[in-house]
Amino acid sequence: MGDFTFFLETTISGLMTGVMYSLVALGFVLIFKASGIFNFAQGVMCLFAALTLVGLMEKFGLPAWLAIIATIGVMIVLAWLIERFVLQYMVSQSPIILFMATIGLAYVLEGVGDLMWGSDVKLLDIGLPQGASDWMLDNFNIYVEKLELVAGVVAAAMVAVLAVFFQKTRIGRALRAVADDHQAALSVGISLRTIWVIVWSVAGIVALVTGIMWGSKSGVQFSLSLIALKALPVLILGGFTSIPGAIVGGLIIGVGEKWAEIYVGSLVGGAIENWFAYVLALMFLLVRPQGLFGEKIIERV
Amino acid sequence: MLYREAGQFKTSYEADQAVFPIRQDRWVIAVVLIVALAAVPLVIEDYWTNAVMLPFLVYALAALGLNILVGYCGQISLGTGGFMAVGAFAAFKLTTMFPGMNLIAVLLLSGLVTAGVGVVFGLPSLRIKGFYLAVATLAAQFFLVWLFNKVEWFYNYNATGQITMPPREIFGFLVTGPAAKPAVKYLFALSFVIVFAVVAKNLVRGRIGRMWMSIRDMDIAAELIGVRPLHSKLSAFAVSSFYIGVAGGLLFTVWLGAAEVTEAFGIDKSFLVLFMVIIGGLGSVLGSFLGAGFLVLMPILLKNFMVGGLGISPVVAKHVEITTMGVLIILFLIVEPHGLARLWQITKEKLRLWPFPY
Repeated sequence: MGDFTFFLETTISGLMTGVMYSLVALGFVLIFKASGIFNFAQGVMCLFAALTLVGLMEKFGLPAWLAIIATIGVMIVLAWLIERFVLQYMVSQSPIILFMATIGLAYVLEGVGDLMWGSDVKLLDIGLPQGASDWMLDNFNIYVEKLELVAGVVAAAMVAVLAVFFQKTRIGRALRAVADDHQAALSVGISLRTIWVIVWSVAGIVALVTGIMWGSKSGVQFSLSLIALKALPVLILGGFTSIPGAIVGGLIIGVGEKWAEIYVGSLVGGAIENWFAYVLALMFLLVRPQGLFGEKIIERV
Repeated sequence: MLYREAGQFKTSYEADQAVFPIRQDRWVIAVVLIVALAAVPLVIEDYWTNAVMLPFLVYALAALGLNILVGYCGQISLGTGGFMAVGAFAAFKLTTMFPGMNLIAVLLLSGLVTAGVGVVFGLPSLRIKGFYLAVATLAAQFFLVWLFNKVEWFYNYNATGQITMPPREIFGFLVTGPAAKPAVKYLFALSFVIVFAVVAKNLVRGRIGRMWMSIRDMDIAAELIGVRPLHSKLSAFAVSSFYIGVAGGLLFTVWLGAAEVTEAFGIDKSFLVLFMVIIGGLGSVLGSFLGAGFLVLMPILLKNFMVGGLGISPVVAKHVEITTMGVLIILFLIVEPHGLARLWQITKEKLRLWPFPY
């Protein structure tokens, strides 16, 4: 029984870590779908959003809800700036150049964030519940962090909202059109630049939510930007263009990583969490190159 | 006026196919080589060797290797740091296991070891492309760093996990260790870089280079005209990893003398070398040198300017440096996506017509 409880706890903790990965991957997918840009800066955007939020709360003493709204404003301005000063000039460049530009962007955001708010580790507390969930402990005798449950619920809600936004609204339809074919979208009168600003803003808001979740869990610090690297295997597993793929991929990676660490890691010296996700993604790629839910890659000559 | 090939007639195939067909180019290269080989060693001192020249040479070699893979064969790799680690650790193991072995042989062998590892991690490239491959090479990066951290055999079971280079001599001159003279270290690294640059230049303009480029430009079309993707891709991985491995070996043996794997060969290294390749110019041997020079010198200049010139505190200066790097990278990609090598090419074309506009 004890073993089984431990297994369940591991699995749940893995699932919750997976939700966090999914949130970052979601930001990637949004931008990749709408502009074909592989946005390496997504992780740093999470850090930047969290830093701004903490900064606003600490330095200006804003209440949490006001600070969150202000940060959303900052992220939208940021999206506009990125479009205005970077993307606009990069239309029709090859993907690797765009990718490199987002790495440059990551440096800028990291530097500016640190310059503005300092680079020490900060605590982020916007009143999310902390500690173990008594209800789960009493009823099922399983230890689960309340925060992780909240993260799960928030992620589910966000995916639902995004799904409605993409399927039902006018802007969502335009976004899907752009994702399908830039030129066709332009020719029916969709403004690419507006769409880009919108999609980067949405990605910025997703980054803020991710930043809040990770920040509440382990403090706002530089390592937050490194989860972006963890989101890459998630993307591969789920397929670059699929929102459900990002979620499922995140969960698989999260659980797989925890299982591997506990059941295999002890045999080979531990810390295999660092690379297990990549090797898992790599093996998966060999079987199914387009990922779980990705569009089938068709090659034309 | 000065730079013009009018009147330089070629009367043989050798002359026509020379690496530098224009006489003025040959003069410039000759002057650069003489300065680098004869004049610099006379004046160079410790700071310049360790902070500028050795990093430049090591990174130029690594960038050259990565350029073969990314610029010529079109396969994106983010595993450079891991492959450099393979080179460094192979050099360490070889030189501690066989203390009598010549350092040149040690470095070449560690290059070969890295080439083998590179081929293994290049295998997925036969099935996956583009960013998918980039993530697959990240697996190499993290796995290799973890391996060198965890398996104690690689660092000879010492307590710190750090590898340290014992002193070694070449032709009676001490090359490694703290007692080695700066000029000797510099010349040793430089001779490696020169030889490998010449080899690379000839590889990429020969048969194998054309195979790589045809795969880069359109792999299916290349396959149809009879280029074997297996051979081309894996040979690109092998050659590229060989270069990167030798660069990693030089970094550890000659430049740093001691290294700790997570610190010296982390993911930052992979990105740094990739930036050098892109800023220098994809698919250009000269570009690898220009990119390495730019990214080695720029942070030093920025830091000296800000800390020394403006009196900003080092912590703030570090943040400003990161931001400036980012801005410069973006600016570069917007202004000239084909890199410094392309700028040089444009300058040369302008020079031909100078002083007339056209």
